[in-house]
Amino acid sequence: MDCACTRGSFMKAGALALLGMGSVPRFLVRTAYAQGTAARPKILIAVFQRGAVDGLSMVVPHGDPSYYASRSSIAVARPTAGSAEATVDLDGFFGLHPAMVSLKPAWDDRHLAIVHACGSPDTTRSHFDAQDYMETGTPGVKSTQDGWLSRGLQAVRATPTSPFRAVAMGSQLPRALRGEVGAVAMGTVADFDVKQDMGRMGAGIVNARRGFESLYEQDVKDILHGTGRETFDAVKMLKSADPQRFAPENGALYPRGRLGESLKQIAQLIKADVGLEVAFADMGGWDTHAYQGNEKGQLALRLTEFSQSLAALYRDLGDRMADVVILTMSEFGRTVRENGNRGTDHGHATAMLVLGGPVKGGRMAGRWPGLAREQLYEGRDLAVTTDFRDLFAEVAVRHLGVTATSSLFPGFPMNPAKYPGVLV
Amino acid sequence: MRARAVGLGLITVAVVAGAACSNAPLSTQGPAPAFRAAAPEPPPAVRVTLPGSTLSEGQQITHTLNRLSYGPRPGDVERVRKMGLGQWIERQLEPGRIPDDRVEAALLAFPTLTMPVPDLVRAYPEPDQKVLATLRSGQMSQEEMRAMAPPEKRPFRIAAELQAAKLTRAVLSERQLEQLVTNFWFNHFNVDVRKGAVKWMVADYERTAIRPHALGKFRDLLLATARHPAMLFYLDNWMSTQADFVPVAGPAKGRKLGLNENYAREIMELHTLGVDGGYTQEDVIEVARAFTGWSIDRPREQGTFRFVRVAHDNGVKRILGHVLPANGGEQDGVKVIDILSGHPSTAKFIATKLARRFVSDEPPPALVERAARTFRDTDGDIRMVVVTIITSPEFLSSEAHRAKIKTPLEIVASSVRAVDGELQGPGAPGSQQPGGGLALAQQVNRLGEPLYQQQPPTGYPDVAEAWVNAGALLNRMNFALGLTANRVPGVRVDLSRAVGSADRRKPEQVLDALLRAVLQGQATSETRSVLAAQLDDPEITRATRDDRGPADTDVEKLAALVLGSPEFQRK
Repeated sequence: MDCACTRGSFMKAGALALLGMGSVPRFLVRTAYAQGTAARPKILIAVFQRGAVDGLSMVVPHGDPSYYASRSSIAVARPTAGSAEATVDLDGFFGLHPAMVSLKPAWDDRHLAIVHACGSPDTTRSHFDAQDYMETGTPGVKSTQDGWLSRGLQAVRATPTSPFRAVAMGSQLPRALRGEVGAVAMGTVADFDVKQDMGRMGAGIVNARRGFESLYEQDVKDILHGTGRETFDAVKMLKSADPQRFAPENGALYPRGRLGESLKQIAQLIKADVGLEVAFADMGGWDTHAYQGNEKGQLALRLTEFSQSLAALYRDLGDRMADVVILTMSEFGRTVRENGNRGTDHGHATAMLVLGGPVKGGRMAGRWPGLAREQLYEGRDLAVTTDFRDLFAEVAVRHLGVTATSSLFPGFPMNPAKYPGVLV
Repeated sequence: MRARAVGLGLITVAVVAGAACSNAPLSTQGPAPAFRAAAPEPPPAVRVTLPGSTLSEGQQITHTLNRLSYGPRPGDVERVRKMGLGQWIERQLEPGRIPDDRVEAALLAFPTLTMPVPDLVRAYPEPDQKVLATLRSGQMSQEEMRAMAPPEKRPFRIAAELQAAKLTRAVLSERQLEQLVTNFWFNHFNVDVRKGAVKWMVADYERTAIRPHALGKFRDLLLATARHPAMLFYLDNWMSTQADFVPVAGPAKGRKLGLNENYAREIMELHTLGVDGGYTQEDVIEVARAFTGWSIDRPREQGTFRFVRVAHDNGVKRILGHVLPANGGEQDGVKVIDILSGHPSTAKFIATKLARRFVSDEPPPALVERAARTFRDTDGDIRMVVVTIITSPEFLSSEAHRAKIKTPLEIVASSVRAVDGELQGPGAPGSQQPGGGLALAQQVNRLGEPLYQQQPPTGYPDVAEAWVNAGALLNRMNFALGLTANRVPGVRVDLSRAVGSADRRKPEQVLDALLRAVLQGQATSETRSVLAAQLDDPEITRATRDDRGPADTDVEKLAALVLGSPEFQRK
C-alpha cells in the first residue's frame, strides 16, 4: 500500500491537460456522460454503520416469540394498526423500527430488499477486526491490504476513466476503497480545492495551486506523490463539473448530521456526471451497550437519521435510481438478550439493506435462523445464514458487472446459487 | 560511558527553556532569560548512549526532534548540537526537571484544566432540557439563550479549554516528550468527550490518570485509567453489576441490572493484550464479573470513583488461567490489572505500539522483541521501553528517517513551530477571541483528528495510510496558506524570523533561508528545484510596477509551499 505509482493513467491525462494551459482536462471529455454520448455508469453507494447496529431493533422479527421473551425492556412493540410507536410491518413476520418509517415507501415501491441474519463467518467480536474483515472482504485474514470495492472496480475495468470513479465522504479513506483503483476522500465538496487568496498587490489570481501541484508531480513513487497527483486531477475536474449547483430535487429533505450531508453531496456528484461508480459513507453511534431504548430512545434517534438520510437520497435521485444501488452494512450484530443496562453487547449476525432501482425489493431475503436458545450462535447471538460476501458478490456481479470474480473475495468460492437474490 | 559537561548542559537548558511572560504574546521561543542560579545538577536518571548511524549529525538531530518533539523551531538543531543529542534526550526523559514556566503561565487562561470533577459539574451545568427544547422550537432567540445559559458556563467550554491546552503545550512546551507521550497514552486509553458525563471528567482524566504515568509504570497507568470515572463512564463499566442485581435505592431502584461486557473486552483487546493476545469470550465475561462494582458516585452530580459493594459479583472468577477466589471485592479488579499488565502479550502489544509511534508504521520485529523484553524485565517501565526504542540502531536508521507521515496534530504544531509563530491567549470570558490554541485545535479538527472526540475506543490510527488522501492533502495545503498569511486567528506569524537576514529582493536567498528554517536544509534536490522554478512565477516574485525587476518575494506563499511540501508532511 505504500506505492500509489500504479494508480492509473488519468494522471498523465491530467498532466497533458495542464500543458494545454488549464483547458478542460481530457478525462472530462472522455467521460462525457452529460452529452449522452456514453451510457451512464452503474453506481454503488455503500453505507457502513460502524459500531455494530442491533439488527433486531432495526428490522424487528416481531413474529418470532423468542424476540419479546429475550428483551423485556428494549423490544420494539408489535405492529399495531394506526400506531406510530410500533413496528412498521413488512411481511407479517418482520417489520421496520418505527423510526425508519421513511423507508416504507421504497419497500412498497419494491425498491428495498432486506437481508436478515447476514454477517461474517469469523467469530471475532472486536469492532475493529470485524470492520477490517468486512472491508477487505477476507474474514480472518489480517494481511489483506486492499478493499473489496477497490478490487471490484479493478475487475470491472482496469483502465481508469475518472478521478472520481470512487469517492469516500470523510476525512479518511476507508479500507474498502484502498487499493489499485485510485479513490478520493473528501470532507465536503466545497472544501475540495486549494483556497487561493488574492495577492497583497491584488494582481489577479495567485497560483499557489500550481506550486503545490508541481511539488507533488515529481517523479517519486510514494504514497504522498501518488495521492498528490490524483488530488490535482480531481480538483480540476470538480471545478469544471461544479456539482454544488445541484440542489436536492423532488422535495428531498436531508436530515442534519454527517450522513445526510455525505449523501447529499454524493447525489451532487452523481448529477454532475463526474464518472462516479462507487461512493462510500459511514455513520457511527451504533455501539449501544447501555440504554439503547425501544420505540424511542438513543437507538431510535440514530435510526431516524440513518433512514431519513437514505430516504432523502432515494427521493433526490429520482429516475437516476434506475442505475443506483445503496447497500448498507455493519460489522456484526448484537446479543439477542438485553444486558444488565438495557443495552446489548457484541453479537454476530445483523440485517443489511439493499435499496435502488435494480433491486428486487419489497421482500426479505436470506433464511431466518430463529431466536430460540438452541438456534442461537454460541447460545447468545443471532446466527449467520447469509455470508456477507454472498450479498456483496451479488451486488458486484449483477449490478457493477464484475465478471472476474476470483479476485473479489480471495479464497472464497463464488457460487451464484448462494446469492440472496436481491437484484433483478 | 560518554563524558559530559554538566555546566554546559545547565546553561543550554536554561536558554532553551525560555522565561515566563504572562501578558506578552507567546512565541515558541521566549526572550533571553536570566541565568538560573541553581544547585549542581543531580545526574540524569537514565544515561543515554546513542548507537552508530549512517545518518549525518544534522539528520540525526532533525530526525530525533521530529520524532520526540512536535518538530524543531528555528535554531533548535543548533542548540541541540551544542548540548549534545544524548543529553537532550536525557533531559526529555525527566520532564519534571525541565522548567516550563511559559506554558504554565499560558495555561492559567484555562481554569477548567485543574478543577476537580464535582466543581466542574456544578460550575458548567448542562443547559436545562426545557430551555433547549424551547430554543429548538424557535420560541427563543439566540440572545435570550445566551443570557439564560452563557456559552462560557456551558460544559463544552471544558473540552474547548482542553483542546486549546493541548495545542498550547505542543507548540510552546519545553517538555516536548512528555506532551507527546501524554497524547500517545490518551489515544491508547481513548475516551470521547461527547459521551454523556465524560465531558466533566476528561480534563481530570488527562491530568491525574494519564500525564503522571506517561513515562512511569504501565501497571500504574492501567490502574489509574481503570478507576477513573471518565473511563468507567465511557466504556459503561460503572453500571455493570452482578447478574440480576436489583438496587434498593438510586435511579435504577427496583430494576433488574446485570453484566456489561464493554470495558472487559476493550481492556484486553485495546489496552493490554491486543486482539490476538490469547483471550476468549469466557475471559471477557469473567473480567467483566471481576470489575462489577467499580462505579461512579452520581456521575452528573459528583462524578468520582466509588466501589459499590452490593453490585459486585462475589463468586470465583477464572481469568487467563488465574483463579480469583470468592469474595475478593474491590481487589478483584486490581488483580485483573496485575494479571493483564504482567502478561507477555501486553509487553508485546505495548512495545509494538510504541515502536510504531517512534520508528515506523511496520516496526522491525527484532526491535519490537527487544522493547518487549525491556517491558518484561523492568516490570513495565514505560520510560525504559521508550529508551530501548529511541536508542536503537533501527531508530536512527536511514529506513526510519522520514518514514512516517505526520498526524494532523503534528502537522499543525510543527508548522507553527517551524515558523516560530506566536500564540495569543484567549480574551476575557464571553469575548469572541478564542485564542491561538483553540484556533489551532480547530485546524486539527478540520484535518480529520477532532481532539478528545474520537468515538470508537481504538483512538486515532498511527499509520500513513490513515492520513494521506486527496481531501486531507488539500486541507493541509490550505492550512499552510492560512497560517503563513496570518489568517489563523490568534496566531501571529512573522516570517522574518524564519527568513532572517536574507535579501527579499533575491528570491533564491529567501527560498534557501526558508528551506533552512523549515526543513533544516534537508529538502530533496527535486523539491528545491521545483520551488526554485516557482520563483519565476510573477506572483511569487512580485515585479515592480514598471516590471524592471523583482522588488519583493512573496514570502508567505513560498513559506506555505515549503510547509505544504511532501518533505514537511513526513517526520
